[in-house]
Amino acid sequence: MPTIQEILETMDYGPAPESQKDALAWLDQHQRRFGLFIDNAWSEPGGTFASSNPADGKELAQLTQASAADVDRAVAAARRAQGGWEALGGHGRARIMYALARLLQKHARLFAVLETLDNGKTIRETRDIDIPLVARHFYHHAGWAQLMSEEFPDYRAVGVVGQIVPWNFPLLMLSWKIAPALAAGNTVVFKPAEFTSLTALLFAEICQRAGVPPGVVNIVTGDGRVGESIVNHPDINKLAFTGSTEVGRLIRKATAGSGKKLSLELGGKSPYIVFDDADLDAAVEGLVDSIWFNQGQVCCAGSRLLVQESVQQRFLDKVKTRMSQLRLGAPLDKSMDMGSLVDPVQLQRITALVESARAEGCEIWQPDCKIPSAGSWYPPTLITGASTAAGVAQTEIFGPVLVAMSFRTPAEAVQLANNTVYGLACCIWSESISLALDVAPQIKAGVVWINTANQFDAACGFGGYRESGFGREGGREGMTEYLTLRAEDARPPKPLRITAAPKKAANPPAIDRTAKMYIGGKQARPDGGYSRAIHAADGSWLADVGEGNRKDIRNAVEAAHQASGWARTSAHNRAQVLYFLAENLAVRAAEFAARIAAMTGDKNPEKEVEASIQRLFHYAAWADKYDGLVHQPPMHGITVAMNEPLGVIGIVCPDEAPLLGLVSLAAPALALGNRVVVVPSQAHPLAATDLYQVLDTSDLPGGVLNIVTGNADELARVLAGHFDVDAVWRHDGSVEGCAEVERLSAESLKRTWVGGGKGRDWFDPRQAVGRAVLAHASQVKNIWIPYGI
Amino acid sequence: MNKRNEAVGLDLGWINQIHVNRNATERRAASLVARRTVKKEYQAAWLIKAIQCIDLTTLGGDDTPGRVERLCMKALHPLRADLLQALGVSALTTGAVCVYHGMITPAAQVLAGRLPIAAVSTAFPAGLASLETKLREIELSVAAGATEIDIVISRRHVLTGNWQALYDEMRAYRDACGTAHVKAILATGDLMTLENVARAAWVCMLAGADFIKTSTGKEGVNATIPVALTMVRAIREYHQRHGFMVGFKPAGGVSSAKTALQYLIVMKEELGNEWLDPHLFRIGASSLLTDIERQLEHHLTGSYSAAHRHALP
Repeated sequence: MPTIQEILETMDYGPAPESQKDALAWLDQHQRRFGLFIDNAWSEPGGTFASSNPADGKELAQLTQASAADVDRAVAAARRAQGGWEALGGHGRARIMYALARLLQKHARLFAVLETLDNGKTIRETRDIDIPLVARHFYHHAGWAQLMSEEFPDYRAVGVVGQIVPWNFPLLMLSWKIAPALAAGNTVVFKPAEFTSLTALLFAEICQRAGVPPGVVNIVTGDGRVGESIVNHPDINKLAFTGSTEVGRLIRKATAGSGKKLSLELGGKSPYIVFDDADLDAAVEGLVDSIWFNQGQVCCAGSRLLVQESVQQRFLDKVKTRMSQLRLGAPLDKSMDMGSLVDPVQLQRITALVESARAEGCEIWQPDCKIPSAGSWYPPTLITGASTAAGVAQTEIFGPVLVAMSFRTPAEAVQLANNTVYGLACCIWSESISLALDVAPQIKAGVVWINTANQFDAACGFGGYRESGFGREGGREGMTEYLTLRAEDARPPKPLRITAAPKKAANPPAIDRTAKMYIGGKQARPDGGYSRAIHAADGSWLADVGEGNRKDIRNAVEAAHQASGWARTSAHNRAQVLYFLAENLAVRAAEFAARIAAMTGDKNPEKEVEASIQRLFHYAAWADKYDGLVHQPPMHGITVAMNEPLGVIGIVCPDEAPLLGLVSLAAPALALGNRVVVVPSQAHPLAATDLYQVLDTSDLPGGVLNIVTGNADELARVLAGHFDVDAVWRHDGSVEGCAEVERLSAESLKRTWVGGGKGRDWFDPRQAVGRAVLAHASQVKNIWIPYGI
Repeated sequence: MNKRNEAVGLDLGWINQIHVNRNATERRAASLVARRTVKKEYQAAWLIKAIQCIDLTTLGGDDTPGRVERLCMKALHPLRADLLQALGVSALTTGAVCVYHGMITPAAQVLAGRLPIAAVSTAFPAGLASLETKLREIELSVAAGATEIDIVISRRHVLTGNWQALYDEMRAYRDACGTAHVKAILATGDLMTLENVARAAWVCMLAGADFIKTSTGKEGVNATIPVALTMVRAIREYHQRHGFMVGFKPAGGVSSAKTALQYLIVMKEELGNEWLDPHLFRIGASSLLTDIERQLEHHLTGSYSAAHRHALP
């Protein structure tokens, strides 16, 4: 130890280690060997693997690799417990969750130290960020449990939930998964990452003490094989996954057609936009919180710096100065900014990506900082001179590596920000409220931070657009991920499908009518030049419709994108168009009724037309009322949760109620500003082809609603595989068709809403309309707006 | 010693583009002091450093020569001899004493050139006397033996955005000080917004202030970490753009050892080690010293100390 006189010369910080005594004692209590936590009991450790401290490579404990049979046992325990847990009621669950929150706070430091030991992140972060957010999450969701019957009266728990989380925020991700699941009345089988399971195991003990009933929380440890067993388990009703986009895609494919509810929180390459009127020093600190937080191993890390050209040099100079002040070292030292990477495998990956950038001619800048010899460490890194085409500008690095680019105008900033397959988060730095609030809605991201970075709160939903996944965690929207509408249980087991075999000869019409497709506001002949015959209920020939093919879909999607102004037009205007549609449909009600009767043999077709008119009114009414929320997280400011349209939605309509089904699906999508490509009922498409004459007279801009007739399977396949389609809905009762849509959607991770093999009573408002439908047609963007002078 | 700051001219374009985001500044302030800590010998050394940077202050309407004499003796011997010896520190004084104009002469008699005297001139604390009066007060203070002059800016110039007037006033003060160093008190509690604080800091530096100081101690809100952060960031950028190192002095409300350490951390993190020195960093305080003495005794003995064990300043 240097003398005081010597320290006065250097003015160094000196060591400030947090004690690891209690955490090690806890590991020793368990003989440093852990079994699985199933049904509130520990299994005998077996088939173990080592869990190490990445900062020094030393082993901390041996953990059990769960087998498929173990996962079976865990799922069975969860299944047994689920009914009782849900029946406990909101208040009963709230009490237990409150106890969990309190216990987490009481043992906060033990959790923090254990997390740091296990993960390598600094004690400052676990102590000041991770663990407080965990406790907050349980408090907040104890509240949702309490309010369940009042706020979600039409919902029930989904059932047994399988949850898989990554290693970057081990306990925080646990809380994001387990808290909403328990609040809603589900039971869980939870798998922590194999690198970082220890705090989950400590949490298991807390569950015992809080009085969580056996089987409600089950924790199974191990590698990806355990995750696979959970994903493929037939008795799991919902999966929640946080991790890489690659694995998210596999899960989407594996669960396609299984009926499992799914939420995915995946990768990102989030833009960090600095305008020339920003508080640049503040923006530099935001960057520290963005990309050098948790060593950059953060899915929403602001890893792409976009800085306005006029302040670029000044800003980058400030960034470099700040980077030189970052302290990297022993994670348990209270004065460290950066700890260790989670595993040598991360070090290799980051090194390889940075070296590839160097090889591509990018400039790599790293401050001169001391790096410990043992363990896995990577210094803060700034890459400049990277083009948009550079690998490091597109690939998620998941390390402390910032790639900087410049822009000239706000429009170019938006273009560059959205030039990615991801859409998780974005930071906007500007002192102009007009500029910031103009840019925020244009960014394809689930979270936007204005003049702040990486802030999280249980009340504010978190989740991505595009290939950053779907579903939200936190807030009201996060709760609905763990709930099922009771009306879904009332759906008929099979669609009320009427199929008639063609047997009679055709009756030629007085004047031949051509039912065309409708693309970009114009009637269009099928690209392939073929038609398909449409028959009446009695089997007689009714008409020929175009046999749509992939090129027709391509054209329709392009037209839909060109009509993007629909999303920006006012909600009032969209409502007017929908009302006008209803009005014009009413004028021709008799004609549509006759058509429906002819196609389906419906004895009372007026009812369907009338219901369709009503439905148009319904969503016209909703258009200017599906408002977002204003959250009040613990900061001086607000978080605005905006319901944004998805973009372009492909809709494969039901055969049941061929007009009402189409209207019930297209109208909510249109009301919120989406553009749609509709594939009408394959068997009864004529109500749709008649509809375009109504559309033409209703001021609907061209391209907003496009109609492509033909083979549902084939057209659905093209839609589901199309990279520029944002969502596909399929409701024609085809089990295999719905599964295929889900499977193919995995490539671009587009949203899907499929009806599966069941039918739906499109006349029953509980089954066919409401907020749940609007939720399918929108995604929530949370915009954080701190303020103060 | 670095080159003394000189007036470089008012750049209104620059002043008007300065932006400070309050929320982000507060977030950084909260995180900064949680990101760094000093323990054991390091903490003791840092507390010694804090003593070296104190402008030991008495600014009461009831100040008398006797009171000032006691203050000056404490400034010369800020730590009990046995503690000083046990810490292995040879000589220790505070950075200066800080008094009203009328108390310069009694202070000078005690200090006899062993320690600088800072005087609050220019119609402290409101500064609302005529410019002529204020300039004359500076001249008299310098003549009486003050080598540092803490001036107060006219807050109305900031609140009305009259940067030229503020610049001219500061230049006049600087000129009147001659070789005495001038600390510009921004009275940040009166300026209300951090943007005003940053702009006022810049104008004063451009007009030749040697130090910028937060408060008179008489405003509703005195030194805070967010205000300090705003001011030291201005100092950093001023240094980068104009090459002069300007000092920083938080004053008012810095009464605990822990708070003093936080300011030292702010200086080290935002400006670097060069600014951890009395010629670039001062803390205007009085009761702070006693708390530091208690902490240092605790460091040496392991037992918590009491105020009455240390000489009253």
